[in-house]
This record gives sequence, C-alpha cells and structure tokens, in this order.
Amino acid sequence: MASQRDIRRRIGAVRNIKQITRAMQFVAASKLKRAQDATLAARPYSDKIDEVIADLAQVLSGDDHPLFTKREDGRRLIVFITTDRGLAGPLNTNAIRFALREIVEHGEAGGELSLVTVGRKGRDAMRRAKLPVEAHFSGFGDRPTFADVTALARLVTDDFLGGDYNRVDVIYTRFVSTLVQRPTMDQLLPMEPHEDTIGIPGNQFIFEPSPTAVLQQLLPRYIATRLYQAVLENTASEWSSKMIAMKNATESAEELIDDLTLSYNKVRQANITREMIEIASGASAR
Amino acid sequence: MSLLLEIVTPEKLAYRDQVDEVVVPGIDGQLGILPHHAPLLTVLGVGELHIRKGGDDEYFAIAGGFLQVRPDKVVVMAETADMASEIDLERAEQARRDAEKALSSTYVEPADMAAARAALERALLRIRVAERRQHEGPRRRG
Repeated sequence: MASQRDIRRRIGAVRNIKQITRAMQFVAASKLKRAQDATLAARPYSDKIDEVIADLAQVLSGDDHPLFTKREDGRRLIVFITTDRGLAGPLNTNAIRFALREIVEHGEAGGELSLVTVGRKGRDAMRRAKLPVEAHFSGFGDRPTFADVTALARLVTDDFLGGDYNRVDVIYTRFVSTLVQRPTMDQLLPMEPHEDTIGIPGNQFIFEPSPTAVLQQLLPRYIATRLYQAVLENTASEWSSKMIAMKNATESAEELIDDLTLSYNKVRQANITREMIEIASGASAR
Repeated sequence: MSLLLEIVTPEKLAYRDQVDEVVVPGIDGQLGILPHHAPLLTVLGVGELHIRKGGDDEYFAIAGGFLQVRPDKVVVMAETADMASEIDLERAEQARRDAEKALSSTYVEPADMAAARAALERALLRIRVAERRQHEGPRRRG
C-alpha cells in the first residue's frame, strides 16, 4: 500500500489539475458565448446573400448557368474544417471519422478528389491517412474574421470557375446545442438556391449592370460567407466541446480526490492502529 | 415619407433605421435612393454612403457591396461598413502606410499586389470620410 505521504502528494497533484481544468472550463464557456454571438451576428448578411442568389437564379433560369448546373468532368473538392488545438473532447475525432468515411465512399465511386484543410488537426489526420492536401489554412484563432476566409474563398472560386472542380463541399462540425455538435457536410457549388419566398420575385428587379455581372461579383462573397459561417459554427462547437470535456475532467478530478482522501484516511487509521498495538504489546511485555 | 435602410456586413448588422434618403457609391457614380424606388439589385463601388434623416446626416465608408431595393426596404450588403464617427484615423493611416510599403517593395505576388491595392483604397477612403466629418465639427445627434 502507498505511504501516507505518497497519497497526500497525489491528492495535491490532482487538486492542481482540477484547478486548471476548471479554469479552462470557464474560459471555454465565455469564448463559447462570444462564438455564438458572432454566429448570430453573421446571419443577416448570409440570409441576404441567399435571398439575392435565389432572385438571380430565377432570372438566370438555372439550367444553363455554370454555377447552378452539375458538371460531369473535373474533380470534387472537399474543404475540411477542424480546430487548431486539441483538448476538445471527441470533436475532431468525430469530424475526421466523418470526413474519411465520405472520402472512402467517394473513392469507391471512382472519382478524383481534392482536399483543402482548415485547422491543424484535420491536416495532420489527412497526412496520417496518406491523403494529399492541396492547400492548408490555419491560425484563425478564437475570433475568426471574414477577412480570414477570403483567401480560401478566392482559391475555391477561381479553381471552380477554372473548371478544376465539378463540385465543392465543406465538412465542419455544426453547433446544434451546447451538448450536441454534429459533423456536417454542405454543398457549396454548384449552388443550390433556396426557394425564393421572401420579398418579390427576382424577375421584378432591375439588375445593374446585368444579372450575370451581379452574380460574378456576388459569387466570391457567397462562397466566403458560407465558409465563414462554417468556420464560426466550428468555432462555437470547439468551445462548447472543450467546455464539456473540461467539465468532465473537473468532475473526474473531484471523484479522484474523494477516492484518494478515503484511502489516505484508511492508511492513516491503519498506521494509528498499528502504533497503538505496538505500544500496548510493548507495555504488556514489560 | 421615409424608407427603411439596413446595412449588413458579414460580421454584423451595422445599421437599421428609418431614413429619408440614402446616397450610395454605385459602380458608375453616385446613386440616390428615395422612397418608392423601383426594385433594384446592383453592385456598389468603394466609397462614401450618405444617409439623410430629418436634419441629420450619417456617413459610412463602405467597400465590396451590393444594394438591394425592395418595396418594403433598402438593403446594403457590404464587406466593410464603417460609420464616419467610429473610424479610427490612426489605424486607417497605419493601414495606408502598410499598404503603400507593400506596394513599393521590389517583388510582390500578383495576388498580394491586388490585396494591397484594395487595402490602400479602403484606407484612403476611410481617411477621407473621417477627415471630412471632423472638419464639419461635432455632428448633431438625432
């Protein structure tokens, strides 16, 4: 059995760990709040963009415009978003498993595939899986800004318009609630316009200079907006997953402290009893 | 008679109020929108957005935007929209210097070149808008 002093030292160590995980839990909680606010604040713009796309799709009569039609040639691009840092519970593991399954299934269909990763964890996993990563972005930090994703958006837009890809998807972890975060795949291109239910029909608008010109200007922003939203959702998921992971760690530490305190007391009691017996037997031997 | 104006950026809803008139920087020059304008969807340039509301004026420096005029409201979607009174001159000057430095270095990648030019344009606009406001002295608040 461990000595009294050993156990006391372990209790001290676990208590320190508990303090750290508790602090991390509170930090994650406040960052989660900020990430959620940012996600909400970004919504009006993206709703607007969707609305304008729907109007444009009506005017450009979807079928023959390259942005709205499915092409057969070219590869498929997956933008895979994960976090830069770990200690976020099962978040990245789940996202990576989801992405790999998608890639394997697609691979069986015989198509070619390109990967762009956002966040170090995803890139490292893809490297381990021996999958080539075309481009990598990271260091968006706790508060991703719209400017962070514009370079990525430009890359995606240019390559799509250049005919390299026939389809672009983004995989990220959707923030459902504080307890539930779900790996999700959204199709970015070709565009799937929403039903035009808001406002007036697209054909009643005057487009200046022309619908095509407006769409051309809108496209990179649309892509950037969708990617920005995915990054924001992923950030919110990261912090809530981290918060839960740290909460669990704190609770485990508390349990461990209870267990260790119990065995500490047992050892202490055993020592006292032993000493008493030694004294008693010493006295009776005289 | 007034119209409802909304200015949204990817990061937030920057402005939402009833106004009398809004003048936006269209790609082919200034564009004034009054109530009952026909539905319109257009690309905006980099420039100054002027809001007229009662006796008060508000100015925004906007870049990378679109304008949508609907029967019920006017929406400006812009990549950046800074209210004149909130522009930080120091930071804008710094951004201008950074962009100028990037442009004057010996070799610049074409993509970086374009980004630096755009940054310079935005910085100059911010400075122009902010300085104009400050010359007019303290503005009235409605």
